[in-house]
Amino acid sequence: MNAPTFMPSITPPLWLLAELTYRCPLHCPFCYNPVGYANDRTELTTEQWFDVMRQARQLGAAQLGFSGGEPLLRDDLEELVGEGRRLGFYTNLITSGIGLTEARLARMKELGLDHIQLSFQDSTREMNDFLSSTKTFDLKARVAKLIRQYDYPMVLNVVLHRFNLDHVERIIDMALEMGVDYLELANTQYYGWALINRAQLMPTQAQLVRAESVVNAARARIGNRMRILFVVPDYFEQRPKACMNGWGSVFLGIAPDGTALPCHAARTLPGIDFPNVRDTSVEAIWYASDAFSRYRGDAWMKDPCRTCPDKDKDFGGCRCQALAMTGDAANADPVCAKSPRHGDVQAIVMHAHREQAAHATQTTQEAPVWQPAQRIVFRSDANSHKAGVP
Amino acid sequence: MHTISDHPALSRLFRMQWEEAQGLYVLLYPEGMVKLSQSAAEILKRCDGRRTVSAIVDELEYAFQCGGLRGDIEAFLRVAGERGWVM
Repeated sequence: MNAPTFMPSITPPLWLLAELTYRCPLHCPFCYNPVGYANDRTELTTEQWFDVMRQARQLGAAQLGFSGGEPLLRDDLEELVGEGRRLGFYTNLITSGIGLTEARLARMKELGLDHIQLSFQDSTREMNDFLSSTKTFDLKARVAKLIRQYDYPMVLNVVLHRFNLDHVERIIDMALEMGVDYLELANTQYYGWALINRAQLMPTQAQLVRAESVVNAARARIGNRMRILFVVPDYFEQRPKACMNGWGSVFLGIAPDGTALPCHAARTLPGIDFPNVRDTSVEAIWYASDAFSRYRGDAWMKDPCRTCPDKDKDFGGCRCQALAMTGDAANADPVCAKSPRHGDVQAIVMHAHREQAAHATQTTQEAPVWQPAQRIVFRSDANSHKAGVP
Repeated sequence: MHTISDHPALSRLFRMQWEEAQGLYVLLYPEGMVKLSQSAAEILKRCDGRRTVSAIVDELEYAFQCGGLRGDIEAFLRVAGERGWVM
């Protein structure tokens, strides 16, 4: 037998993300849910979720996120929140706000819900309603008021892309008016539906530079009253993001059907049999499963990551992105300038801009600037069925 | 430089609790966590909006039977204020 190789000590999961359902009343084209979500409707029961929460808490998880889809579509959300808080979790509700009535808000406050993250698509009704493919702007604005009224810490999350990056100043003003505590301006990450719509959503470098300077000026003006987090668009970076803070390092995601995932998009990776909490303990999943061990630490790395001084900082970036763009999840994330495939990322950006420019010359001046002629694929059951595989 | 409030209080955005699995106190906030050293935890436990900074200093000097803690405590409270942990 070979001498045992050095195994880095495995840290416990800290962040349990419970994706309660993939059902959602919105149809956002940048959703990171799997494109084929509609092909499997299985959802864990209340008792099964209780069990997962208990197990994860025992291992040391302290943060619990209820997400989806739209978690409010689960009638047992209040029960789950109550149990999560009873177990000692800091409980986060990540929601579009649709279905968040005053009665439910009040009940969850009683049960100890710690924080609500509300998503908005834009500062304008037109763009919000266009991007979500619903008429929900006014409803969301009312919900934001209620969240404030019940004194929940509130995070406002806005996904940024070509169609709303120029509205960042107004988005910041809107968040200030709402009394938001943290504003998360998250440039689109291209997974799931966002990957399909990448050419449509891709911003220009000039838009990003402008938006970032608006954010910096606002930070200086606002100070501590509202913190602004600006998630950088990694296609425009030279170094990859520290995806999930390392594979199997802090994040444990549970999909609606009980599949355990080291990141939201991990199901796109071929050749990995992701374990399920319905038949495997959370402890065995975290410490012993092939899926969670596969890219943990750095033994799996190839060059340039293997010999890179930053490998403990960015962990080679995102495995799903490496797979999608290079065909091998163990390659460096091509967002990294050290990747031999970095040119492909720049080519994708350039190609998107060329398509957008070609389209721009065809539109009349009367057409709203945000109305794309190219087809945006909205997240919907029908489009999901068309896509086939989950 | 951040000024220290007369009656420091933990911000409503943070919850402090003991984590058995890790054997330490943590500050929990939306989607995040700060691990606290023992001395940081002892100071923050007393940031209840009623005690003055002087009262906190006196209590800790008494509890740990040592003097001269004011400088360290004020330095910590300044950092905690900058990070938004205490108001």
